[in-house]
Amino acid sequence: MPADIYLNVAISGLLTGLVYGLMALGLSVIFGVVRVVNFAHGEMMTIAMYLAVVLFAHFGLDPLVMMLPIAAVLFGVGYVLQLTVINPFISRPEHSQFMLMVAMAIIIVNSLLMIFGPDAQSVQVSYSFDSFAIGRLIVDATKLYAGLAAILVAAALFAFFKFAPLGKAIRACADNYTGALVVGLDVKRLYALSFGLGAACVGAAGAIIVLIVDVTPPLGPAYTLLAFVIVIVGGLGSMPGALLGGVLIGLTEAMAGLFFTPSAKSMFAFAILVLVLLFRPQGIMGKRLT
Amino acid sequence: MPALLEVMNVSKNFSGLRAVADVSFAVPEGSIFAVIGPNGAGKTTLFNLIAGLLAPDEGSIAFVGARIDRLPPDEVCRRGIGRTFQIVRPFPTLSVEDNVAVGALLHHPNPESAMRRAHQVLLRLDLFEKRRHLAGALTLPDRKRLEVARALATEPKLLLLDEVMAGLRPTETDRMVDILKKLNAESGLTILLIEHVMRAVMSVATRVLVLHHGAAIAEGTPETVVRKPAVVQSYLGAEAV
Amino acid sequence: MIARLLHGVPRHALVLLAVVLAILVAAPVFANDYLLTVLIIILYFAYIGQAWNILMGFAGQLSLGHALYVGLGAYTTAALYVHFGIGPWLGMPVAILISVACGAVIGFLAFRFGVGGVYFAILTIAFCEFTRIGFDHFDWVGGSSGLFLPVANYTRNDLLNLRGQPVMFYYVILALTAGAFVMCHALLRSRVGYYWQAIREDELAARSLGINTFRYKMIAIIISSGMTAPAGVFYAFYYNNLFPEQTFFILRSIEIILGPIIGGIGTLFGPVIGAFLLTGLSEALQELLTAYGLDTPGAKRVFYGVCLLFVVMVLPHGIWPPIARLLRLGRRETPEA
Repeated sequence: MPADIYLNVAISGLLTGLVYGLMALGLSVIFGVVRVVNFAHGEMMTIAMYLAVVLFAHFGLDPLVMMLPIAAVLFGVGYVLQLTVINPFISRPEHSQFMLMVAMAIIIVNSLLMIFGPDAQSVQVSYSFDSFAIGRLIVDATKLYAGLAAILVAAALFAFFKFAPLGKAIRACADNYTGALVVGLDVKRLYALSFGLGAACVGAAGAIIVLIVDVTPPLGPAYTLLAFVIVIVGGLGSMPGALLGGVLIGLTEAMAGLFFTPSAKSMFAFAILVLVLLFRPQGIMGKRLT
Repeated sequence: MPALLEVMNVSKNFSGLRAVADVSFAVPEGSIFAVIGPNGAGKTTLFNLIAGLLAPDEGSIAFVGARIDRLPPDEVCRRGIGRTFQIVRPFPTLSVEDNVAVGALLHHPNPESAMRRAHQVLLRLDLFEKRRHLAGALTLPDRKRLEVARALATEPKLLLLDEVMAGLRPTETDRMVDILKKLNAESGLTILLIEHVMRAVMSVATRVLVLHHGAAIAEGTPETVVRKPAVVQSYLGAEAV
Repeated sequence: MIARLLHGVPRHALVLLAVVLAILVAAPVFANDYLLTVLIIILYFAYIGQAWNILMGFAGQLSLGHALYVGLGAYTTAALYVHFGIGPWLGMPVAILISVACGAVIGFLAFRFGVGGVYFAILTIAFCEFTRIGFDHFDWVGGSSGLFLPVANYTRNDLLNLRGQPVMFYYVILALTAGAFVMCHALLRSRVGYYWQAIREDELAARSLGINTFRYKMIAIIISSGMTAPAGVFYAFYYNNLFPEQTFFILRSIEIILGPIIGGIGTLFGPVIGAFLLTGLSEALQELLTAYGLDTPGAKRVFYGVCLLFVVMVLPHGIWPPIARLLRLGRRETPEA
């Protein structure tokens, strides 16, 4: 096969990977700050995806345009969820937290199944079949926009955590819970804010990815697993790691789809997970474990 | 008398902070050896180095002549060092006797004989009446004694006690001191303890090491150490002497 | 040995157990076909629930991919039967071996650095998913079209090949479940059981008592996975068809854990009670939904999710502990008691 095809597929995978990275970034924020293992992460993404589909189907609104509103909705959902349901579970044993989120995930997936049915739904915008020719490369318009949007949102998030006082407060919470309390930070509210931010990332990612992928309810658990694989590969607790992991997994999936059958592509993500756990369990950009 | 535990030029850094700085000392067999010093002096880090939770950056630690630094905590225990934690860690949903039985199982693999051994230890520590209670429901002094009982059940040659008197009232402190003295006298158990409660240190310790900013600033019998000006200045205050 | 197992068990508990066992043994005489089927499902989940409970309830490691071991057990014996005519009882050791090998690999990868539960849980899901996709392409066992066992006539009960009427299957699963119950009881009282509970409660404290936590966690996953495989064998020969999409599906893993969680993780009776409750309620709900014409796909599972949510929030230790206290079956006292 000519090298162009490899390159096209690789770029395609890279761009999709950026959106995966954004999704995983949300998980990184949630786990890194609130320390809750969000097993409903992918399910939250499917909520966003279905929102985008419905908004497009009924009002003709482009998902890219709806990215911010959908992210805001998910932010609200996450904020309220953290404040009401999840907060009492922070001090509970890990498996209790898992179970809570698993229960939420089950409810979300199957509610979506009941509402929308099992058939795949998609969004066909005016540029769904457009592509750009950059030199000898051909890049899908949807994927290019998706990748760019993901980078923008991620950059905004990084800037928030680096420069905004609220962002710094959240980082303080993550670094030292007791210290933050002592200094007078309203940790409960900051946790809710963090979960909301993580959910907003997922919301944005979901709105964006609907341009590339068709949505079905079982996508939820698949994305949850993918998000965790990415975060573990990239490094638990590292935000740049989440993006890097996303890109890596996106690339792997694309290349695997090219060389093997498309249905086997997630097997390679798992293979990478196993390799990482064998040789570098802290992940690519994670801190060394004792 | 040969030293049971030898700490030789041990240092430990945490991202630029020198928690333990070139500390050396020897714990004679059969002694009760106290490590004192202000908060942040490196005492618990030292314990964690001995118990195998941390590995020293420099230096070595020898127990009964064999090196134990860099061994994992479970191996250190099997070699004969038992330890308690500064913030007690009972197994909350297990009963008191089950807690201690877990320790006893190390040298008594049969659960029935382990339970018998556990009962013996509980009698020594005055916890036998509460043996069926859930560990999570005990009061603090009882939990402290449970922690000691559990470590004792592993039949150690050396027992590391991390601030076991903290939070106890004077009568409870005296009770604990009494128990420790008896253990030392009757079974020759060597005890290495971190303590802030000077009342306990003075009445129970045969040798004292003072740490300050990670370094050893004095070592000797309690009476001599307590009078050293460096010790008075850094830790005790003039009123204590 | 029986005396050792019975030591310390309150007499009224033994009487209760004997009564329950008697009822279960006599059940086929009184039960109609439908009820028998339901009982088989209940006992099936009670069996797997106990196997899973060893890893989670005793040793404290959360496995969300236990369907892997069921599937491996099922496919191994089914393939051996279909391709070589090897009966299920002969195939079972092979099935157990393969399950254990998988469990050991997963355990090794996760426990090696003693890293937290989330790594392990994710790894279990990933392995199960990996296997599901892998089996979809595994043509020797039918791939995604499935593997089918030849269905002979049902009039004769062939215990050797597990071909026969539901009654035969009922007694097989009853025996398995009862056996698992006794085994769990024995394990809890053994040194291994004590060490597992210590690890579950506080791994660091356990290590400082001389417990090699890596080794005991490996033992837990080996026993748990090995014990789950026979359930797969039963599944294959009872349902006679296997599809990777169904057998290794993540919801299967979740169904496995619902019983023990609702009943009470870490207890002996939890998984059994949980299985009874969950299956009973589920069947009742199914009737209700069909009666009202609300039988949409996903409705029953939303119910599972809500049940799980309720239990996790309101009864974090499951339904069994309060019942046990009521029946005065606990061995331990609290100061108020």
